[in-house]
Amino acid sequence: MSTTTELTLRAQEMVPAPDIEYGQLAPVLIVIGAAVVGVLFEAFLPRRARYAAQALLAGLALASAFAAVVGLAATGRATTEAGLVAMGALAVDGPALFLQGVILLVSLVAVLTFAERRLDPRAHGRHVDSFAAEGAAVPGGEGEKAAVRAGFTTTEVYPLLLFAVGGMLVFPAANDLLTLFIALEVFSLPLYVLCALARRKRLMSQEAALKYFLLGAFSSAFLLFGIALMYGYAGSVKYAEIASVVADTNRGTTEALAGTTGNDVLLLVGGALLVMGLLFKVGAVPFHMWTPDVYQGAPTPVTGFMAAATKVAAFGALLRLLYVVLPGLTWDWRPVMWGVAIVSMLVGAVIAITQTDVKRLLAYSSIAHAGFILAGVIAATPSGISSVLFYLAAYSFVTLGAFAVVTLVRDAGGEATHLSKWAGLGRRSPLVAAVFAIFLLAFAGIPMTSGFAGKFAVFKAAAEGGAGALVVVGVIASAIAAFFYIRVIVLMFFSEPKVEGPSVAVPSPLTTTAIAVGVAVTLVLGVAPQYFLDLASQAGVFVR
Amino acid sequence: MSFPLLTAVAALPAIGAVATAAVPAARRTAAKWLALAVSLATLVLAAVVAFRFDPGGDRYQLTESHAWIADFGVRYELGVDGIGVALIALTALLVPFVVLAGWHDADPLEGRTPDRRWRPTQGFFALILAVEAMVIISFAATDVFLFYVFFEAMLIPMYFLIGGFGDRAGARDEDEAAKQRSYAAVKFLLYNLAGGLIMLAAVIGLYAVTADQLGEGTFSLQAIVEARQSGELAMAQNTERLLFLGFFLAFAVKAPLWPLHTWLPNAMGESTAPVAVLITAVVDKVGTFAMLRFCLGLFPEASAWATPVVLVLALVSIIYGALLAIGQRDIKRLIAYASISHFGFIILGIFAMTSQGQGGATLYMVNHGISTAALMLVAGFLISRRGSRLIADYGGVQKVAPVLAGTFLIGGLATLSLPGLAPFVSEFLVLVGTFTRYPAAGIVATFGIVLAALYVLVLYQRTMTGPVRPEVERMPDLRKRELAVVAPLIVLLVFLGVFPKPLTDIVNPAVEHTLSDVQKTDPDPEVEAAK
Repeated sequence: MSTTTELTLRAQEMVPAPDIEYGQLAPVLIVIGAAVVGVLFEAFLPRRARYAAQALLAGLALASAFAAVVGLAATGRATTEAGLVAMGALAVDGPALFLQGVILLVSLVAVLTFAERRLDPRAHGRHVDSFAAEGAAVPGGEGEKAAVRAGFTTTEVYPLLLFAVGGMLVFPAANDLLTLFIALEVFSLPLYVLCALARRKRLMSQEAALKYFLLGAFSSAFLLFGIALMYGYAGSVKYAEIASVVADTNRGTTEALAGTTGNDVLLLVGGALLVMGLLFKVGAVPFHMWTPDVYQGAPTPVTGFMAAATKVAAFGALLRLLYVVLPGLTWDWRPVMWGVAIVSMLVGAVIAITQTDVKRLLAYSSIAHAGFILAGVIAATPSGISSVLFYLAAYSFVTLGAFAVVTLVRDAGGEATHLSKWAGLGRRSPLVAAVFAIFLLAFAGIPMTSGFAGKFAVFKAAAEGGAGALVVVGVIASAIAAFFYIRVIVLMFFSEPKVEGPSVAVPSPLTTTAIAVGVAVTLVLGVAPQYFLDLASQAGVFVR
Repeated sequence: MSFPLLTAVAALPAIGAVATAAVPAARRTAAKWLALAVSLATLVLAAVVAFRFDPGGDRYQLTESHAWIADFGVRYELGVDGIGVALIALTALLVPFVVLAGWHDADPLEGRTPDRRWRPTQGFFALILAVEAMVIISFAATDVFLFYVFFEAMLIPMYFLIGGFGDRAGARDEDEAAKQRSYAAVKFLLYNLAGGLIMLAAVIGLYAVTADQLGEGTFSLQAIVEARQSGELAMAQNTERLLFLGFFLAFAVKAPLWPLHTWLPNAMGESTAPVAVLITAVVDKVGTFAMLRFCLGLFPEASAWATPVVLVLALVSIIYGALLAIGQRDIKRLIAYASISHFGFIILGIFAMTSQGQGGATLYMVNHGISTAALMLVAGFLISRRGSRLIADYGGVQKVAPVLAGTFLIGGLATLSLPGLAPFVSEFLVLVGTFTRYPAAGIVATFGIVLAALYVLVLYQRTMTGPVRPEVERMPDLRKRELAVVAPLIVLLVFLGVFPKPLTDIVNPAVEHTLSDVQKTDPDPEVEAAK
C-alpha cells in the first residue's frame, strides 16, 4: 500500500465527513443562500433591475424560510423530534423554531419598510428609499451629489439584511459557544453597516454606526474571552458538556486542561462575561449605552428591524445559555439577573420621561422592556420560557409597527422625530395618530393589546417562580413608563397643531401593509392570545 | 344554550360606538341620533335584564361562561346579582341623558374650517358608548381577570373624553383651556392607571396563590369563593392582606376615597357636564361596586381586618368633601367635592358590614347617580348660558329662568338627601346600618348631612336668588331638549324616594349573599339595654 493512500485512509478515520442534516437546516440555508445570490445580483444585474430583484428575492427567501420553519414544526421537530444537528452545533427544538419563526416574520415585514420608496421626495425624478445613495461617498461631498443626481440607491441593504437574519436564525439555536460567537458576528456586522446608511442626516447615522461598532466589538471581545475561560473550565465549548461539568457528572475530557477543569473561578468569570456579551445585545442596563444613539441615528426601517429582531435573537441565546449551560448555576446568576432586570426597568422608564425625540424615547422604552422580559427569564421555569417567547413575539411586532409609523411623519428635513413636531398630529392625521396610539398603549401594557398579554405572562411566570418583589418593581416601572407613552398621546391629540408642523406622507402599500400587520398582531395577541400562548408553551422545552 | 343577554347589553353600545365613529364627517347630526338610538336600545335590553332577573333565585343569574385564555386560567364569565342588575340599569338609564345633554358639546368651534378627516362629534358620542359598554361588562364580570381588563381599558376612552372635549367655559382662552384639560386628563389617567397597575400585581398574586393551592390557577370569582368556604383554599394571613390592599387601592382611587380623590375635582371641573356625569355617576360606581363584589368576596378576613381604617377614611371623605364643597367658587368643582362626600357614605355603608348598610350603599350608588346627574346636567345648562363656572358670576337666575332654577333646586335638594327624594332613603339606610355596629361612626357621618345642606343651599342662594345680575338678564330658560333630559330624572328621584321597593327587592338578596361571604350577620338589637 502506498503512503498516500494510507494517509488518506488515516485521515478518513480521524476526520469523518460531517453528517449535515440539510433538511433541518433549511431555514438558515435558504436565507444565507439568498443573501449570497443577492450579492451576485449586485455584481451582475444592471442598476435599474436591482431594486425589484433584490426586494423580491429577500421577500421570497424569508417567506420560504418561514415555510420551512413551519414545516419543521409540523413534523414535530419542535417537540417530540427535537434534536441536535450539524454535529451538535445547532439545536432544532421548540424555542429555536419559535424564535426563528418570529425573526423571519419580523424580517419579512421589515423588508416591506426597507422597500418603501414613496416617502422621500423624488430625487431628480427617481424614486428613492431611506438609504444613502452611495454609502461610501463622503457626506455632503461631490461623490454623494453625483450619486444622488444619478439616482443611485443602495440595494445592498437587502443582502445585508439577509445575512443579518441568517445570523439571527443561528443565534438562538446555537448549541456550542463557537457557533454562538460566529452567529453573533454574522448578524452584527451587517447591522453596523446598515446603521450607517441613512439617506438623511448621514453624519448622525455614521456616528451611530461607529458607536455601535465600537461598543459591539467590545462586547464581542467580552463574549470571546468568556468562551475562552469556559473552555478552560470545561474543556469543551459544547453546551451539553459544559453543563455536565457544572453539574459535576463529568470531570472533563481534555487531558491538557486537567489542571483547570472544574475550577469555579473560571466558570464564574467566564459565565459572567458570556452573559455580559448577550446582555449588551439585549440592551439591558448597564450595557444599554449604545441603544439611544444607535436607534436615533440608524435609518428608521433599520432601527425597527434591529429593535425587533435583534432582541428576539439575543433573548433566545440568553435563554438557552442560562437554561441549558448554566442551570446548575441558577443560584448564582439569579441575583445578578434580578439586579439587571430591576435596574433596566427603572432606568429605562425614568430616563425615557425626559426624552424629546421619538426614536430615543422608543429606545429607552426598549430598555425598560428588556427589563420586563428579564423578569420572565429569571423565573427559571417552563412557564418562564414560554412567557418570554410570547412576549418577544408580541413586542417585536409592536416595535416594528411603531417605527414604521415614525417613518411617515415628515417635514422638509426628512423624518420629523422631535416630539414637539408631533403636536396636534391627531388633528391633522387622525388615523396615523390613532395607530401610533395603539402601539403606545401596547407598549404601556393596557389591556386588550398584546403588550398586556405579554406583560401578564412574564409577571405571572415571575410570581410563580417566587419573584413577587420583581413583579412589584415591574408594576411600578410600568406606571412610570405609562406616563411618557401617555404624554405622546396627549401631544398628538390634545395639542393644537403647529402651523409649520410636519406632514404625514402617504405611503405605498408596502409600509401600509407593514403597519397593518403590526396593528393586527397587536390586537389579536391582545384579545385572543390563547392559540399563541399554546404555541409558546408547546415550544418551551430546550433540547439538551 | 340561552340567548347571551348580558353580552348583548354590553355588545350593543360597543357596536354602536364603532358605527357612530364611522359616520361621515358631514353627517354630524346623524351620528348624534344614532348614538341616542343605540343608548335607548341598550336601555331596553337592560330593562329586559332587570325583568328576567329573579330576586329570589340563584345568586348569579343570566350566567355565561366560555373559555378565553386557558393559559392564564381566564374565562369569559358573566353573571349578575341584584347589585349588578341595579348598576347596569343605572348605567343604561343615564347614558341616553348624557348623550342628549351633550348634544352640542362636541360641535366644531365656529369659524373653524370643517375638516374631512377630523370628526370630533362622531368621536365624542362613540367614546361615550364605548365607556358604557365597558362599564356594563365590568358590572357583569364574574371573572377577576375579565373585570380587570375592562376596568383598565375604560380609562382610555374616558381619558379622551376628558382631554379632548373640555368645558369651554371658565378659562380665558382656548389655549389655556386646552392646557388645563390635558392636565386634568393626564392626572385622571395616571391616578387610575397607577391604581390599576397595583391591582395587576395583586391579580397576578391571586393567580399564583390559586395555582399553588388548587393546582390550577383560576380567576373565577365563584370558584375562588367556593374553594375558600370549603377550606380548599386557605390564604396565608399576610398574603390575603397584601392582595386585598392591591385590589382595594385601585378601587379607592376609582371611587374615589380620601386621600386618593384629588383627580376627581380636576376631571369633573374641566370636562363637559355630561362627561362629568359619566365619570361620577357611572364610571366611579365601578370602584364601589368592585369593593362589594371583589374585596369582600375574595378577601373576607382581610376586609374585616381593614374595616377600621377604611371606616375612618370614609368618614374623613364625608366631612372633608363636604367642607371643601362649601369653600368652592366653581360650580362643577363644588359638585365634585360633594360627590367625594357621597362616596364616603357609600364606602361607609359597604364596610359597616350590615345588611342595611350594604343595601343602603347599593341604593346610594343608584340614587347618587341619578341625583348628581340631575344637578350636574342642569348646572351644565346654566354654565353654557353664561360661559362661566364661577358661582360669583351668577345671581338672581330664578327670576329670569324659573324652570332652570327650579330643577336646579330639586337636584340640589336630592343631593342634600331631602326626605321624599330618593337619596334620603339610601342615606338613612347607610346611617342606620352604620349605627347598629359602629355608633360613633354613625354620629360623625351625620354631620356630613348638615354640611350638605349648607353647601347646596348656599350654592342655590348665591346663584339663583338675590338681585338679577346684568349678565344673566337675557338668560333663556330650559329648552325642550334640556327639559327632556331633566324631567325624567326628577320624576325618578321622586318615585324612588317615595317607593324604593322595586330597587330594594332586587338588591337585598344580593346583599345577604355578600354578607354571608364575609360571614357577618347583623348585630342583634340590644333589647336588654333599652329596658
